[in-house]
Amino acid sequence: MMPKLKIENLTLIFGREQQEALQMLQQGKSKAEILEHTGATVGVKNASFDIEKGEFFVIMGLSGSGKSSLLRCLNRLIEPSAGKVLLNNVDITALAEADLQKVRRKEIAMVFQKFGLLPHRSVLENVAFGLELQGLPPAERGEKARNVIELVGLKGYENMMPAELSGGMQQRVGLARALANEPEVLLMDEAFSALDPLIRTQMQDELLDLQEKMHKTIVFITHDLDEAIRLGDRIAIMKDGEVIQIGTPEEILTTPANEYVSSFVEKVDRKAIITASSLMDTKPTVAVFRKDGPEGSLRKMRATGLKILPAVTVDKHFLGFVYLHEVLEVKQRGDKTIEAVIHRDVPVAHPDTTVEQMLPFIAETDKPVAVVNPANNKLLGLISQTSLIIETTGSQSIPQA
Amino acid sequence: MIRIGKYIEQFINWLTHNFNPFFKMVKAGVETMVDGVVGLFTFLPFYVVIALVALLAWRRAGWGIGVVTALGLSLIYAMGYWAPTMETLSLILVSAFIALIIGIPLGIWAARSKTAGRIMRPLLDFMQTMPAFVYLIPAVLFFGLGKVPGVFATIIFAMPPAVRLTTLGISQVPDDIVEATRSFGATPRQLLFKVELPLALPTILAGVNQTIMMSLSMVVVSAMIAAGGLGEIVLKGITQLKIGLGFEGGIAVVILAIILDRITQSFGKKKLKKNAK
Repeated sequence: MMPKLKIENLTLIFGREQQEALQMLQQGKSKAEILEHTGATVGVKNASFDIEKGEFFVIMGLSGSGKSSLLRCLNRLIEPSAGKVLLNNVDITALAEADLQKVRRKEIAMVFQKFGLLPHRSVLENVAFGLELQGLPPAERGEKARNVIELVGLKGYENMMPAELSGGMQQRVGLARALANEPEVLLMDEAFSALDPLIRTQMQDELLDLQEKMHKTIVFITHDLDEAIRLGDRIAIMKDGEVIQIGTPEEILTTPANEYVSSFVEKVDRKAIITASSLMDTKPTVAVFRKDGPEGSLRKMRATGLKILPAVTVDKHFLGFVYLHEVLEVKQRGDKTIEAVIHRDVPVAHPDTTVEQMLPFIAETDKPVAVVNPANNKLLGLISQTSLIIETTGSQSIPQA
Repeated sequence: MIRIGKYIEQFINWLTHNFNPFFKMVKAGVETMVDGVVGLFTFLPFYVVIALVALLAWRRAGWGIGVVTALGLSLIYAMGYWAPTMETLSLILVSAFIALIIGIPLGIWAARSKTAGRIMRPLLDFMQTMPAFVYLIPAVLFFGLGKVPGVFATIIFAMPPAVRLTTLGISQVPDDIVEATRSFGATPRQLLFKVELPLALPTILAGVNQTIMMSLSMVVVSAMIAAGGLGEIVLKGITQLKIGLGFEGGIAVVILAIILDRITQSFGKKKLKKNAK
């Protein structure tokens, strides 16, 4: 499938010596060298990535990383120096002014950190502003605006002026104004950064709820990795104008591309993000029921040094756990199978179960957690108590086994 | 010695000779405007004019200013200066109107284009700092004596604040609002009329106020070239050393100034209040 937005070698240079700076960039010169030689600042350096339809894509970076400039290149509030931005396979950077205005009116809408509301207009007039620019008759835009106002929870505030509203409410107006245009792509520039932490979390939740209904393609800028992880389907991390890693929140957390990324990752609360699939040992030693009797099971325990083994059927269906002392008992009794000692009543995790959800599974004994495929109950892997405990207590990034 | 004066003289002469038909046309147009407004004010009985102006002052600036207006205008009538006062008022209104018609678009242009702004700034400085009397000379050369050169000199003298404050008002519109407006696909014209001008309005209205007040002072000065009105009375007071006459004319000017100032200021203030709400 064709990506909704395709960014190709997007480069943005601030300053007069654009051409020279571009050439130096192609020769692989560093930002500092280019600045010294031409006086031009590299804002965005060769960014290339695709954003799929309906994807919540977060660009995360500190101030000066070029994230906001990159976002503004997507609707050409800033003209990129080189590269392409393809929306539905149409190159935005090549559009004439009138066509660009059409794209901004219909296809890409934006939400701003400082809201950017019109202080001389009421909430309703602000929300209808984009429709007004499109030239819709007042009755029609009023109706559309009212619908969106209800959607974002602003009902009853239609006739208030922006200055009378709290920050959170003002940003709802900003969001409503963007949604009123029924755009395919929503650009959000640090949309919640100006809000109190409590309100911010609430707005994040509401945005996620909305996104579940709307399935817009969202490009969201933030300097806050926690926010990026909460919201993003995928995250691009930027530093000094370069995209240094793109991945799902879990990929970013578990396999940071370099020290810069891991220094961020350390501060993140991982419990809600890390899932069973990234913690589990995918090739655990198992006791195969009916094939391994007590004898076989004990042999495997001796080989691995484990006191507990998962028991599975021949086609890998998870049955439960067997414990060393009980297997010894049945062997002494002379049983030929371990059937009697399989503990079937044990909690299991699914691949997307988060560490937070697995907290109740922490036990005093060395009992591991089985990860099974929810569809067919097949054993996918095993999480040892050790790694579960480390993951829940230590917030430091620990190399994954 | 460099004779700048000589070159300017030559330039003005050249203008006078080559653009004579143009100046004649302008003169006829402005004369019609001034005569029309004067005609209106003198056609209406004085008490109707007083009542109307006082009503406007009361509605815009409160009952206090309304009372001051009614009393002040009555005093002018009682002093016997009604006709010259109406003449002066007409000259002010016409001059300020033309100054604003030219000045506000120039201000918008200067805000839009850096180059235009850079060129306009020294010109505006020049226009404002040049002693006002100097404008009377080319005005007379272009248009002869009378009201029209008075209006011409007044326009030049009173226009700079309209240009400057329009530029200031537009450049003070917050960047994030301009950016947001652009991001929704606004054309430059939509940006100007739907966002920049409404937000700049209080500042532009302050410029309107300044322009009107400067028109008043210049209109008085232009009595020297027979523009008529209250200036003529003041001028007579000076040339004939008649203290009483001079002060009477002066008091009428002050009353007119207070009324014009309060009424025009009120427009800017009302807008500000609505925005602050």
